[in-house]
Amino acid sequence: MLLIDCPWCGTRDQREFTYGGDAAVKRPADPAAVSDKEWHDYVYIRVNPRGSHVELWHHNAGCRRWFKLRRDVVTHEMQGSAPIGSELEPPLPIAGRPGKP
Amino acid sequence: MSQLFRMAPGGAWAGLIDRSREIRFSFDGRTLRGHPGDTLASALLANGVRLVGRSFKYHRPRGIVGVGAEEPNALIQLRRGERTEPNVRATQIELHDGLEAESQNRWPSLGFDLGAVNSALSGLFPAGFYYKTFMWPASWWMFYETFIRRVAGMGKTATAADPDHYEHMHVHCDVLVVGGGPAGLMAARAAGRWGARVIVCDEGAALGGSVLGERLFIDGKPAPDWVRETEAELAAMPEVRLLARTTAFGYYDQNMVTLVERVADHVLMPGHHQPRQRLWLVRARRVVLATGAIERPIVFADNDRPGVMLASAARAYANRYAVIPGKRVVLFTCNDGAYATALDLADAGVDVAGIVDTRPDPTGPLPARARAAGLAIHAGHAVALAHGGKALSGVEIMALDGDRLTGSSRPLHCDVLAVSGGWNPAVHLFSQAQGKLRFDDILGSFVPDRAAQAVHVAGSAAGHFALGQCLAEGARAGADAARLAGFGDGTPPATPATSEDAPAPHRTLWAIPPIEPGKGKRFVDVQNDVTAEDVALAAREGYRSVEHLKRYTTLGMGTDQGKTSNITGLAILSGIVGEPIPKVGTTTFRAPYTPVTFGTLVGPEVGEHLDPIRHSAMHPWHVKAGAQFVNAGLWKRAQLYRRPGETEQQAIDREVLNTREKVGIVDVSTLGKIDIQGPDAVEFLNRVYTNAWSKLEIGRGRYGIMLREDGMVFDDGTTTRLGPNHFLMTTTTANAVRVMAWLEYWLQVQWPDLKVYVASVTEQWAAAALAGPLARLVLADAVEGLDVSNEALPFMGYATAHIAGIPVRVFRISFSGELGFEVNVAADHGMTVWEALMKAGEKHGIMPYGTEALGVLRIEKGHFVVGPEADGRTTADDLGLSGLVSKTKDFIGKRSLTRPALLAPDRLQLVGLMPLDKKDEIVRGCQLVADGPGSGRGARPPVPMEGVVTSNCYSATLGCWIALALVKAGRKRHGETLHAQSPLTGRSVPVKIVPNVFIDPEGARLRV
Amino acid sequence: MVKYSIFSLARNALSRHENWPEAWRSPEPKSEYDVIIIGAGGHGLATAYYLAKEHGVTNVAVIEKGYLGGGNTGRNTTIVRSNYYLEPNAHFYEKSLQLWEGLSQDLNYNVMLSQRGVLNLAHAPSEVDSFHRRGNAMRLNGIDAEFMTRDQIAQMVPLLNMSMEARYPILGGLIQRRGGIARHDAVAWGFARAADARGVDIIQNCPVTGIRREGGRVTGVDTARGFIKAKKVGIAVAGHSSHVAAMAGLRLPIESHVLQALVSEPIKPCLDTVVTSGAVHFYVSQSDKGELVMGGDLDGYNSYAQRGNLPIIQHVVAALLALFPCFSRLRMMRTWGGIMDMSMDGSPIIAKTPIGGLYINTGWCYGGFKATPGSGWVFAHTIARDEPHKLNAEFTLERFAEGKTWDEKGMGPTPNAH
Repeated sequence: MLLIDCPWCGTRDQREFTYGGDAAVKRPADPAAVSDKEWHDYVYIRVNPRGSHVELWHHNAGCRRWFKLRRDVVTHEMQGSAPIGSELEPPLPIAGRPGKP
Repeated sequence: MSQLFRMAPGGAWAGLIDRSREIRFSFDGRTLRGHPGDTLASALLANGVRLVGRSFKYHRPRGIVGVGAEEPNALIQLRRGERTEPNVRATQIELHDGLEAESQNRWPSLGFDLGAVNSALSGLFPAGFYYKTFMWPASWWMFYETFIRRVAGMGKTATAADPDHYEHMHVHCDVLVVGGGPAGLMAARAAGRWGARVIVCDEGAALGGSVLGERLFIDGKPAPDWVRETEAELAAMPEVRLLARTTAFGYYDQNMVTLVERVADHVLMPGHHQPRQRLWLVRARRVVLATGAIERPIVFADNDRPGVMLASAARAYANRYAVIPGKRVVLFTCNDGAYATALDLADAGVDVAGIVDTRPDPTGPLPARARAAGLAIHAGHAVALAHGGKALSGVEIMALDGDRLTGSSRPLHCDVLAVSGGWNPAVHLFSQAQGKLRFDDILGSFVPDRAAQAVHVAGSAAGHFALGQCLAEGARAGADAARLAGFGDGTPPATPATSEDAPAPHRTLWAIPPIEPGKGKRFVDVQNDVTAEDVALAAREGYRSVEHLKRYTTLGMGTDQGKTSNITGLAILSGIVGEPIPKVGTTTFRAPYTPVTFGTLVGPEVGEHLDPIRHSAMHPWHVKAGAQFVNAGLWKRAQLYRRPGETEQQAIDREVLNTREKVGIVDVSTLGKIDIQGPDAVEFLNRVYTNAWSKLEIGRGRYGIMLREDGMVFDDGTTTRLGPNHFLMTTTTANAVRVMAWLEYWLQVQWPDLKVYVASVTEQWAAAALAGPLARLVLADAVEGLDVSNEALPFMGYATAHIAGIPVRVFRISFSGELGFEVNVAADHGMTVWEALMKAGEKHGIMPYGTEALGVLRIEKGHFVVGPEADGRTTADDLGLSGLVSKTKDFIGKRSLTRPALLAPDRLQLVGLMPLDKKDEIVRGCQLVADGPGSGRGARPPVPMEGVVTSNCYSATLGCWIALALVKAGRKRHGETLHAQSPLTGRSVPVKIVPNVFIDPEGARLRV
Repeated sequence: MVKYSIFSLARNALSRHENWPEAWRSPEPKSEYDVIIIGAGGHGLATAYYLAKEHGVTNVAVIEKGYLGGGNTGRNTTIVRSNYYLEPNAHFYEKSLQLWEGLSQDLNYNVMLSQRGVLNLAHAPSEVDSFHRRGNAMRLNGIDAEFMTRDQIAQMVPLLNMSMEARYPILGGLIQRRGGIARHDAVAWGFARAADARGVDIIQNCPVTGIRREGGRVTGVDTARGFIKAKKVGIAVAGHSSHVAAMAGLRLPIESHVLQALVSEPIKPCLDTVVTSGAVHFYVSQSDKGELVMGGDLDGYNSYAQRGNLPIIQHVVAALLALFPCFSRLRMMRTWGGIMDMSMDGSPIIAKTPIGGLYINTGWCYGGFKATPGSGWVFAHTIARDEPHKLNAEFTLERFAEGKTWDEKGMGPTPNAH
C-alpha cells in the first residue's frame, strides 16, 4: 500500500488520497491563442513514462490540498513531494522514459 | 478405534500434546479421538488414517505429506452448514472438540471413488490434453464442459451467509518479525531489549517453528523449553506483541505487511463478540523475515502413495505430536536431515528399514550416529518406485550411477517413506517485497539477494539452516532493524549455545528416472497431478518459459501454490532444455503466501456496511410518513410516499398532481452545496461556468452549466450571490464530491493566482423545496421577517429569514416548473423547519413528494439531468442550451467546442416525445427508428437508430406517457414521427418528436 | 501441423506422448520481413495469423521481448462479450465474438469458449433504464440481449443475495447469453501455433529497442538480436504502447494503469454465469477448474508494475460478499496485475499512424481480451491494405482532435475513470 508524503500533513496511507494524473499538464493561459494541436495535446496527450513520474495527488480525506509527487511507476518508489508551485528535486536519470534507451 | 499410532507417554521427548484430556472429532462420519495440541493431521495419523483425499485430476488416493502450510494433499471440508469451509489443510487445523471433517473430491466415498476411472484412462490425459480435443462437434463443448467442471473443483462452498464476523487492525511498529522460530525469537529479543515496538507473528498454534518438531538443545535445555522461556521474556516487554496463529501473507509497498490472525478457528465456533479472524495491516519501519525453509521432496515413480511424506514432517509428527507415522519406515534422502528423522523415529520405537541416500559416501556426524545405531544405509541408492494403492506397502531401491539408475531393483517393505530432497528457503515475502533472488548452486535453491524495502532476512529463510546460525543471524537482524528504526546501537544479544551436529554437504537431486519408461507416475505437483513427464511434454511442445510450463501443466497452481513443487518443476525443465535454472527463470511470488479467507479481507464492510449510508436531517420524518427509499449515490432518498391501497403509479400521480395544482414539498438536502468566497470569486465562476457572472446582483441566483475540458457537459446547478465576494454553488447530488475536488484542482493547480476559497457545505445545510401554485401561501404562513411577494422576492431571488425562530435562507428557484422556493437551514434544525413548513401547508393541501414525482415534474418541464441526458457525450448545444454559452469569455471546455465533430449537423439533440396514440406507453430505454424499409418492426439488424429515449414517465398532468430523447438533428425534426422500439420488451409505438418542454414553455408559472 | 483431436491424443498415448511436435518453432530472425508485429500477445499473434490466413501475407515476424502470451493475454478475467452501446464498439466486439465462436475449430486448438452468459446486475432505477437503452441498441444492432427480472435472476444464480434490504439491492439485469469466458492462455498458444503453421516466425526473448524510419516511413526495428528490416511494422504491446510508440517519436493519448484480478481456491461448480455489477465495480465467474475469478477497478494511478495494492483487492472482495454472502469462508488463492493502456475515451485505437508503414493497436483499457480475434482481424486488414476496415475505421488516433470520441462511459479524458 502506497505511503504518500503530503507536503502539508506528512506521510499517510494511500486511502486518504485520490490521484490526479500527470502534473506536467498545464492549461494554456489563453486557449484561443494556441493551435488546435497544442490544445489537443493539452487535453489528450500524456508522456506516460515508464519510470519516474511527477504526478498530482489530492489529499481528499485530509487537508484537501493538491500537490506534486514524484514516484517511480515501475517500482512504486516514492521520490519526493512538493506543494503546487514549488519545484521537486530534478528527475532521476531518465533511463526508461519513452524514447530513451 | 483407539490411537494405535500414538507413542507411549514418558521420556524426554514425549510430544507437546496434553494427554490428560481427550478430544472427540469425526472424519468422514467416523468418530475418532485425539488430544489438545494435535492438529487434525496428527490426530488422523495417530488413529492410523492414511487415506485422506483424492487428487485433482486422476482421483488417486492421497495421504498426508507435510506438517504445515506446504501440505498439498490433506485438504478437507471442515465443519458443516453455514460454517462449512472447503480445502482446509488438515496439517494446520488445531484439533478441537466437535470438529467435523470430510474428505473431498470423491464420490461416492473416499475408499471407493468412481472418479478414479480417470486414473485408468490417464494415458489420454497428459498435460494440456483439453487443448487438443473436445472440439468436435463444435457445439458440444458446453456439454463436455459440464462434466469437466463437475470432476474438477475440490471442496464445496457454504450456501448460506457466513454467521461469523471479522475484524481489521491498523498498526504501526518499529520492527515486525515474521516467524516465531529460533531466528525470529532472537530477532524479537534483540529489538525488544532496546524498547522498539515489536510485533512477532507465527502461523503456528505456538511459537517455536520447526524446533518444536526436533530434538535439539538451546542454551543447554530442550529447544521447546528455551522457546517457552524466551516467549515469556518477550511477553514481559511492554512494547512487544506476540501473535501466534497469525500468518503474514502479503508484503506491499512501503513496508506494509498484512497478517491474518486466526482468532477462533481452533474452537468449534467463535465466542460471542469474538471475531473469527482478524486482519492486521502493519506498517513497519523495518521487517525481519525469519520465515524458515520448506523441505522439498524427490520425484520418483508413484511417489504419491499414501505414506510417502517429507522427512521433516515424519520427525515432527513423532517429536511434537507423539505420533509414529507408520510401523516401518524407509528414509530417502540426499542430505543429512533425514538421518535425524531416522534416529528420532528409531528412538520412538519405529522399525527403520533403511536409509536410502543418493550420496555415494555419506559422511559426517549424523550418518555416523545412524551407523552406530545400527541403521542400514543404502549409500548411492535411490528409491525408484513405490508400491501400494490406498497405502504404501513398500519401495524398490536401485543403485545410482550419476543421475541414472543402474543394476537391479531391490524391494524394501515399509508403510512410510520419509523423503528429503533438501530445503527451499521461504523467500515468498522477500520476493513479494520486490527483493531480488539469487540461485545458490550449492543449496540448489533460490535465496534472497538484494532487498528493495526495509527488510532483513535471517536464518533458514536466508539459506542458513544450522540452528546456531539461525540464532546468531536472528539476533543480528533484530539488533540492526532496531538500530535503523532508531533504537539502540545495533549490538546483538549473545547467541545461546546449541547441540546441533554440523551437516555434511547435500547432493542436489530433483527426480529419479523411471525404472523403465512409463512405469509409474512421477509426480512433481501432487495436488494438481502434474508429473515429470508432463513437464517434459510441455518442454517438447515449446512451452519452455517457466510461466508457460505453469500455465500449460498447471504446475504450482493449486491451493498449496507449489510450495513443494515449483522449484522442482523448474529444475526438471532446466535439465530438459539444458539451461541453468536461473536462466529458465523463477516464478513471481505474489500475495497471498497462503490463501486468505475472503471474509477476513473485507472485515466489517459487509451487509449494510458495504458503503456508508447518508441520511438527510429529515430522514426520520420520511420513514414515519411511509416513504419508500431509493439509493442516490450514498444517500437514501424518499422515492415515493405510498398511501394504503395505492399502487406506486397512483402515488406518483397523486404527488405530481398535488404539486401542479396545490403545493408539494420535497427534501433536496442531497444536492451538493459549495460555499465560494474571495475577491476573485466572480472571475472563478466565469471560468468554470459557460455563462457570465460578472453582472449578477447580490441576492440573486443564476443557473449555470459546467463543461469538462473536452467540451462535454459535466454538471449544472444554480449559484447565488450572497455577498460581494460570497457565493453559494449547488451541484447535482451525484457529482457533489467530484465537483468539489474539481474546483479545488482548478484553484490550486491551474489558477493558484485566484484569491478564492471553496468549502463543501452539503452536510451543513438541510434543504426543502416548496413547489406549486400555493407555495407562496405556505411559505408566507411559515416564515418570519420576510416579504415573499413576487416584487420583494422575484424569481431567482434570495433572502434570509426565520422559520420557527430559526434562521433560514430562502431561494426562489424551481425545478418542477411551478412557483417554487427552496429553504436551507442548518442541518441540525432541518427537521424543525420541515415540520413547520408541513404545518403551515396543512390547510393548503401540502403533500411531500419523492424522487419519482420529482422526475415526472422535471420531464414535463423538459429539464435534462446529468446521467440520462447529459451522459458525458452531450454538449450544451445538444441540450438546447447554447444560449448559456458565452461567446466573449473563456471557460473550461470552450476551446474544444469548435472541433468538427462537435459542430456536426447530425448530433443527437434533446427533444420531447409524445405517443401518436395517447393510450400508448413509451417504455423505458427505447431506441428510436425511422419508418421505412430496413427499420420497421422485425427488420433485419443492424437497424439504423435515429435516437434514444433517455427519460420516460406517465404524465398525470397531460394524461399520457411522455419522454425526453436524444435524436439526431432532433431540433429540426419537431413534428416528425419515429418508432420507439424496445426489442427487450417486444414493444414498439409510434411517437411524435415535440419540443422538450411539455408544460408552460414560456415559464409564466415560475414568475407569478 | 499435426492435427489435434481425440484420435491424435489416443495415438500419442501409445507412445507416451513422446512424439508430439513443437506447437511453434523458435526460429532465428530473418534479415527482412514484409511485416513485423511487435508484441506476441494475443493481439499480435492474431494479427499475424490473419495476415497469413486472410491476406496471404506470410513473410511475417512477431517479435516479443519476453515469452509469448506473457502480458495481458494471460492476466485477465477471461470474459468474452459484445454488450456495448455505442455503434463502433458494438459492431467491432460483435465481430470479435463471432470469430470467438469458431475459434477452436479454426485454430484447431481448444480455447474453451464457454458461452454461459454475461449478466449485468442493475441496482438502481437509473441503471434499469440505461440497461434498457443498451439492450435495445444491442438487439437492433443484431446482438443478443435480454432483460431479466429479479425472479429470473434468482433462479439462474441461486447464491446471489436477492434481498431488497441489501445495500445495493438487485432490481434486474441485462444478460448476453452468447457472452462467457474462455481459456486465456490457450488463445495466445492457439494463435501462435496456427500462425507458425502458416509460416509466421515468432521470435521470443527479443526486445525491440528502436524503430527505424527514413523519409517518413518505417524501415525496420532494432532488436536485441540486431536490426531487422521490415516494410511494415505493427505495434501491439498492450501496457507498453507509450514506451514503444515513443521509439518512433509518437506520443499517445494513453495512460498506463494496473488492473488487478484474483481467484479463489477451486471449489465444486456453484456459479454458472458471469456476473457483473457496475454499482459495486465488480465481475466474477467460475473457471472450469473451479476457481472463482474476479476483478474490479483499476488501482487508479499510473503504473507499469504488474502488481497492485490491497485496497482494490479488498474492494473487489467486499463486492463479492455483498452479492454472494455465502462465499465469505472461501479463500483468495492468487492475485495478479496487468498493465492497461487506458485511452482517453475508453475505446481502442487500431489505426495507421502519421508514419508510413507504421500501425498501432492500443488503448484497450479493460476490453483487450475479448477483442483478441477481432483486433487481430481488423489490424491485419489495416496493415495488409494500408487502410482500416470499416469495423475499425472509427478507432483512429485523430478522433480526439476531431472530437469524434467513443466514450462508452461518458467519463471524458480521464483515463482512470474508464
